[in-house]
Amino acid sequence: MRHVIGAIRGMTGRLSGLVERAFLAAAVAMLAAPALAQEAMIGAPQPWGMGLQASGGPIKDAISSFNSLVFWIIVAITIFVAILLAYVMWRFRAAANPNPSRTSHNTMLEIAWTVVPVLILVVIAIPSFRLIYYQDRTVEADITVNVQGRQWYWHYGYPEHGNFTFDSYPVQDSDLAAGQMRNLEVDNPLVIPVGANVRILTTGQDVIHSFFVPSLGVQRYSIPGRTLETWMRADRPGTFYGQCNQICGVNHWFMPIVVRAVPQAEFDAWAAEARTRFAQGLAPASLAAAPGAPAAATQMNVAEVRR
Amino acid sequence: MATAAHAHDEHGHEHDHHDHKPNFVNRWLFSTNHKDIGTLYIGFSLIAALVGIFLSLLMRIELQEPGMQIFADGQMWNAYVSAHGLIMVFFVIMPALIGGFGNWFVPLMIGAPDMAFPRMNNISFWLLVPAFLLLGASLFIGGGAGAGWTIYPPLSDDTYQTGPAMDLALFGLHLAGASSILGAANFITTIFNMRAPGMTLHKMPLFVWSMLVTAFLLLLAVPVLAGAITMLITDRNFGTAFFDPAGGGDPVLFQHLFWFFGHPEVYIMILPAFGIVSHVVSTFSRKPIFGYLGMAYAMVAIGVVGFIVWAHHMFQSGIDVDTRAYFMAATMVIAVPTGIKIFSWIATMWGGSMKFDTPMLFAIGFIFLFTVGGVTGVVLANAGLTQILHNTYYVVAHFHYVLSLGAVFGIYCGIYYWMGKMSGRQYPEILGKIHFWLTFVGVNLTFFPMHFLGNQGMPRRYPDYPDAFAGWNLVASVGSYISVAAFLMFFYVLFVTFTRGAKAAANPWGEGATTLEWQVSSPPPFHSFDELPRIR
Repeated sequence: MRHVIGAIRGMTGRLSGLVERAFLAAAVAMLAAPALAQEAMIGAPQPWGMGLQASGGPIKDAISSFNSLVFWIIVAITIFVAILLAYVMWRFRAAANPNPSRTSHNTMLEIAWTVVPVLILVVIAIPSFRLIYYQDRTVEADITVNVQGRQWYWHYGYPEHGNFTFDSYPVQDSDLAAGQMRNLEVDNPLVIPVGANVRILTTGQDVIHSFFVPSLGVQRYSIPGRTLETWMRADRPGTFYGQCNQICGVNHWFMPIVVRAVPQAEFDAWAAEARTRFAQGLAPASLAAAPGAPAAATQMNVAEVRR
Repeated sequence: MATAAHAHDEHGHEHDHHDHKPNFVNRWLFSTNHKDIGTLYIGFSLIAALVGIFLSLLMRIELQEPGMQIFADGQMWNAYVSAHGLIMVFFVIMPALIGGFGNWFVPLMIGAPDMAFPRMNNISFWLLVPAFLLLGASLFIGGGAGAGWTIYPPLSDDTYQTGPAMDLALFGLHLAGASSILGAANFITTIFNMRAPGMTLHKMPLFVWSMLVTAFLLLLAVPVLAGAITMLITDRNFGTAFFDPAGGGDPVLFQHLFWFFGHPEVYIMILPAFGIVSHVVSTFSRKPIFGYLGMAYAMVAIGVVGFIVWAHHMFQSGIDVDTRAYFMAATMVIAVPTGIKIFSWIATMWGGSMKFDTPMLFAIGFIFLFTVGGVTGVVLANAGLTQILHNTYYVVAHFHYVLSLGAVFGIYCGIYYWMGKMSGRQYPEILGKIHFWLTFVGVNLTFFPMHFLGNQGMPRRYPDYPDAFAGWNLVASVGSYISVAAFLMFFYVLFVTFTRGAKAAANPWGEGATTLEWQVSSPPPFHSFDELPRIR
């Protein structure tokens, strides 16, 4: 219930925020919170948010700007249809127009409402094609990250930085630190350098999952037996949250993704430390408390037995 | 033999007064009469809707606030979500629109004495009942079948959905599919061969056109689903590896097969509603349909193009970027015939003399809400945008606007329009209008906020979500309670209609209603046409 009250309290401050920019403002407001003071940007959903999440990189920028184009086109179409409907309901109601016409053809009109939608679609399609080719993959990747969805945590690998891998487990409600968000935090985030083109290679192990970080504009399924490529880039330091986005079993709702973008020097230091730490198989302290582990282990055993 | 003859004598007296109807068992269990089978389908659909809507009510109660409220765990949640989807698609919308209105009105509208294969018609219906029971039983066995209505392997494999629940659901789908294929063959044969003299294809009412296109879609799409789920069943039970990469199979193959069926399926659900809305708009505007041929061939075009757009459901599954470009372009093309339909309906009203009885309210509501669902479909056609909208609540909002507000409004529209014809009694107008407005407010309040949740990145099939999503989820839950109240009120409307409804004339709607079903009495005699009508 406290969530509901909090949400209602949040609503009062946000009723005017109909435009996407409002979410940027909200993101800025969140930065003021002391617990998050070090972070440059938080890519996460906002209470009562209506538009797309704030952008953390160029792919999401491109998505947002194209989305705005399509959004205003569909709003215009919807309003046009609504006005037409309202007009005919008022003008041609039985009381106002007791004798109906028998018109049932108008060739020019029929051609018009075929051709005009085609033209609108062309206006949408041209930037849309440009967008998907831009999103597809990066020509020059600065680093490569392997992403594997597992029931119910993420497994990341850095093949170009000593080939270390580690698991990223969700943080249980009881272990949340002050200011952390329920269902969104993990013990070991995926760390990337700011401004680097990150090649992402997804693959699966058990069932299909989906690697989905809205504020970076990236999503790909992780499918057993396949390796899919896409890319992302964070243009500013920050923490970008996402969640598994393909139904994957009992804890589908509890396998968040956290991407932390840090300056190159900080990334290098982290990678050097992570290489030794994870190479020795030392789990970070919080892993012991991770909830998914026993269930996931059991599930993997089942899979082993079956093979 | 003697007993049978005796029984016949006993009821002989009744027969004279009841248009020679057979006794209860023969009439309702062994039925071969298209009107009785249509009634069975509509009744079945209403019962299935009670179940399906109850499941959605439980889901909205769970989602009303963050945290787990009433569901034990994610598996139970997944099973309920899957069952809600499958029940609504296969046991509510399809039986009502195709089996129900299709059976009732295709023969009447084309002046045929009955469907071409009356006994096949009977088994089409009775296959649905065990299908529904199998799917319903899957909810109560083990953890249920919790892989979504799309049942993607490996999640739907026996490693991850253990026990017989998933198999029951798959067999249920098989039976429902067989029922649909038989029904489709029946409709195609009936429409091509049993039109009254003078009723050429281009004089056929638009509802019959919509059923013809729908039947072809069923006949071509459902066998592909049957193949896919057969392979899934053998993967689960007989050690094959069609979809298991460890055995050389491919999970993405299933997605292709499923959506080759699944995309035409969404047009299967909406096309009959297009047909109904065309009739209602024309009737209550007292004008002939504007652009009849354009309307008919727009449906044909939607049906044809509907078969070559399936992979737009798979933009995140790793299909090549050029393939994505093709499927994106093909998907957008569908907006054109859909636009033709929307504008033709408005042009039909233009210059008309409109009356706003309940069926017309549902028809106008349909046109507007289908426009909203249609334009969000254009958004989702763009692979670049589905990069962050795929599988979010934006998709949930989109398909509920075209189905829960589109197809379901089409069903209500048809029930109110033909209530007098089917039952012989008119519905109470005031109650009908209250029901419309309650439904309209409820469903919009439920589904419109889901666009916002999707934009913000809330994934589908989540029983619990980050706290930021709480606000709009609460609004959606309140909306769903209003929608459920509206649905229950519909049963009250039915009750009042059957107990106190005014006797319906053969044509209660006046000169606007021109199709053949208004030429026979309300309700029509057990055998509709003593001699075939002639169409000039």
